[in-house]
Amino acid sequence: MEPGSVPGSGSVPGSLLLALSEGEQRRYAELFARCCPPGAAAAAAPEAAAGSVAELLRASQLPPDTLLQITEVCGAKRVGCFGPAQFYIALKLIAAAQSGLPVRIESIKNELPLPRFMAMKNDSEIRYGNPTEPHGVKFQVPHATLEKNSYKRTDEGDKQEPKSPPMSPICSPPASPSSYQRTHLSYGYGKSRNGLEQQHGAPYEVRHSTHQQEGPASGNYGAKSTRACSTLNRSLSVEREAPDSSAHYADDPWRITEEQRDYYVNQFLSLQPDLNAFISGSVAKNFFTKSKLPIPELSHIWELSDVDCDGALTLAEFCAAFHLVVARKNGYQLPETLPETLLPDYLQAASLKPIRDCALFDSYSEPLPGSQQTRDFNRLEKTSAEEVPDNSGVIKDASKDDKQVLKTSIAIKPIPKEFQHTTVKTVAQESIALRARPRSRSYSSTSIEDAMKKGEEPPTPPPRPQKSHSRASSLDLNKIFQQNAQAARSGWLPPPPPALPPRPSVTQTEQASEVELHPQMTRPPSQAEENSSAKKEVVLAQLPSKPVRRKFRMETQALENPELSPTINVTSSLPAVKPHLPVQKQSSKQKRAIQTAIRKNKEANAVLARLNSELQQQLKEVHKERIALETQLEQLRPVTVL
Amino acid sequence: MAVCIAVIAKENYPLYIRSVPTENELKFHYTVHTSLDVVDEKISAMGKALVDQRELYLGLLYPTEDYKVYGYVTNSKVKFVMVVDSSNTALRDNEIRSMFRKLHNSYTDIMCNPFYNPGDRIHSRAFDNTVTSMMMQVC
Repeated sequence: MEPGSVPGSGSVPGSLLLALSEGEQRRYAELFARCCPPGAAAAAAPEAAAGSVAELLRASQLPPDTLLQITEVCGAKRVGCFGPAQFYIALKLIAAAQSGLPVRIESIKNELPLPRFMAMKNDSEIRYGNPTEPHGVKFQVPHATLEKNSYKRTDEGDKQEPKSPPMSPICSPPASPSSYQRTHLSYGYGKSRNGLEQQHGAPYEVRHSTHQQEGPASGNYGAKSTRACSTLNRSLSVEREAPDSSAHYADDPWRITEEQRDYYVNQFLSLQPDLNAFISGSVAKNFFTKSKLPIPELSHIWELSDVDCDGALTLAEFCAAFHLVVARKNGYQLPETLPETLLPDYLQAASLKPIRDCALFDSYSEPLPGSQQTRDFNRLEKTSAEEVPDNSGVIKDASKDDKQVLKTSIAIKPIPKEFQHTTVKTVAQESIALRARPRSRSYSSTSIEDAMKKGEEPPTPPPRPQKSHSRASSLDLNKIFQQNAQAARSGWLPPPPPALPPRPSVTQTEQASEVELHPQMTRPPSQAEENSSAKKEVVLAQLPSKPVRRKFRMETQALENPELSPTINVTSSLPAVKPHLPVQKQSSKQKRAIQTAIRKNKEANAVLARLNSELQQQLKEVHKERIALETQLEQLRPVTVL
Repeated sequence: MAVCIAVIAKENYPLYIRSVPTENELKFHYTVHTSLDVVDEKISAMGKALVDQRELYLGLLYPTEDYKVYGYVTNSKVKFVMVVDSSNTALRDNEIRSMFRKLHNSYTDIMCNPFYNPGDRIHSRAFDNTVTSMMMQVC
């Protein structure tokens, strides 16, 4: 019979066309005809008798829970009867289930072999194993199925709570609780694929419905785990796209899958930011109490998972506990002892990689500079021993970012070992490059510093002669008196040599220094330039290691010029000055010149006084050395003489 | 091998009591209850100054024809009472002490469980297992 008429429910034209091949079309029509009550074949709204449909479903040799799921998915429950659309969908789903695909709408989009049914009464032609025919033939059936599918979609788009009541009747006649719950779990995952916000609450909500609890519980969970929503979305989408994972789950409910592990780790992080630290008992209690499991069960879960019985959960223990909670919520009975796959040792062995991935994922999710900083920091930490001095050098020249990195380094000291391992492995080459880089930086910095230092020395002495030049009232006078000074110098030189020629021996230097002391003492107060200059020359000559003093010679000589200049200026100017107004102006100018010269002389005096004090200190040190040497000599003498 | 093991709270109400021959359970309950007086007597006899030095194992509380009762007190005044069959003469003091020590360890494990409220009855399966291992094997 041709199910051309559309059931009058939900006339939303969707975009999905359920393509049925010709063979399928024929087959389904046959089956539908068989199932329909004989009298209703020509009715406007043909429906298959529930009993015959049930028989047919049972004949498909699928587990009862799958059949229940099929009935749910095809929408018969909602509609209340097996209309043609539901029937066709159901047949498709049977085919899908028989070929091993999960019972979902998507699976019937694919080409499927015809559903196989065991030998029913009056029919021996049922068994089909025909390969599917190519698509392309679209009948009017798709309209009905199309609308059903669209209706199905919109319904799935709704919140899950209205869904839950129809599900609860299904829950009541489960053939085998465990397998049913298993498909229930996968179905719950499947249900939540539509991008609801409370997806995390989905598996719990399924359970809630069966326990007839309200949404607030899931809401609590949802609020608690908002951060985990994205990971759960991801995990659930992965779960949906990879039905194998659910198969794994079904095979070993005590094995934690990757998505679950990621989710648990994120939950752990929400409770305790450090992956290596413990979650205290009270915190864990509050967290697990939210799952609305009865306290004795939670107590038992705790007993199982807290292996070391310390009242706190490590990451592995937490994952095990969480997994047990999830399993219990999905109907699994708690084991008496902890399964092997949930042992902390096993989990930790398996967790090295996932935590690493999770940590890396977290680092990816963080803003890039932060992650780069942490990674850079890790590299730096890896090479810390060698690079500490380099880093210290780097710090001086480093930009702000590097400074922040190093500052954060102090804060992020306890890094999980796994993360360190990964950074070591993944960043080995980069670390070598980084080692080279800071070293080059340090070299550059040292070179800069050397350049700085070298630059220091040359510039400083020259200012002094420049100062003297700048102090000079007029260059002409300086030149003049330089000549005069040279002349005077030539005249001054002869007298000093017999007194204090520069000699390497200590005693002689001592004598020279002693003699120098006096003239040095007298130098500042006296204006005897000749002696002072001579002594200065000697002093300067005696201490060739101090280039400053040499410069001082120049300076003093230059100083003499201004000293001489005002006097000579006055003397020269005075006779030339006539008692005239210009003369008075000149005298005022001269006064100012004299005053400036006096000021400069005082400054020079101060400088010389400082020099004097330094030289006196040196003298004292030299004295001490001399005394030490003398004592040594005395100690040595009696030995040699005797 | 004990016949009955009981855990009594500080306020002298039972937290856990289990006996092997399930008949005559009431008799064991009564025995344990009466033994509490002896326990209190022993605790008070030690004196307040010796609280720290007081040994946890109290030893034989009192013997009857059929069985002997041993006691053990923790520092938090939680009492463990063990009823042992008198015919079991092979059981020595050291063994009793070790059994009490095991009980104490199991008890502390229970206390570590955050879901356990001190003062509640003990429903822990681990504790049950421990106790079962100590009880006499009665077919």
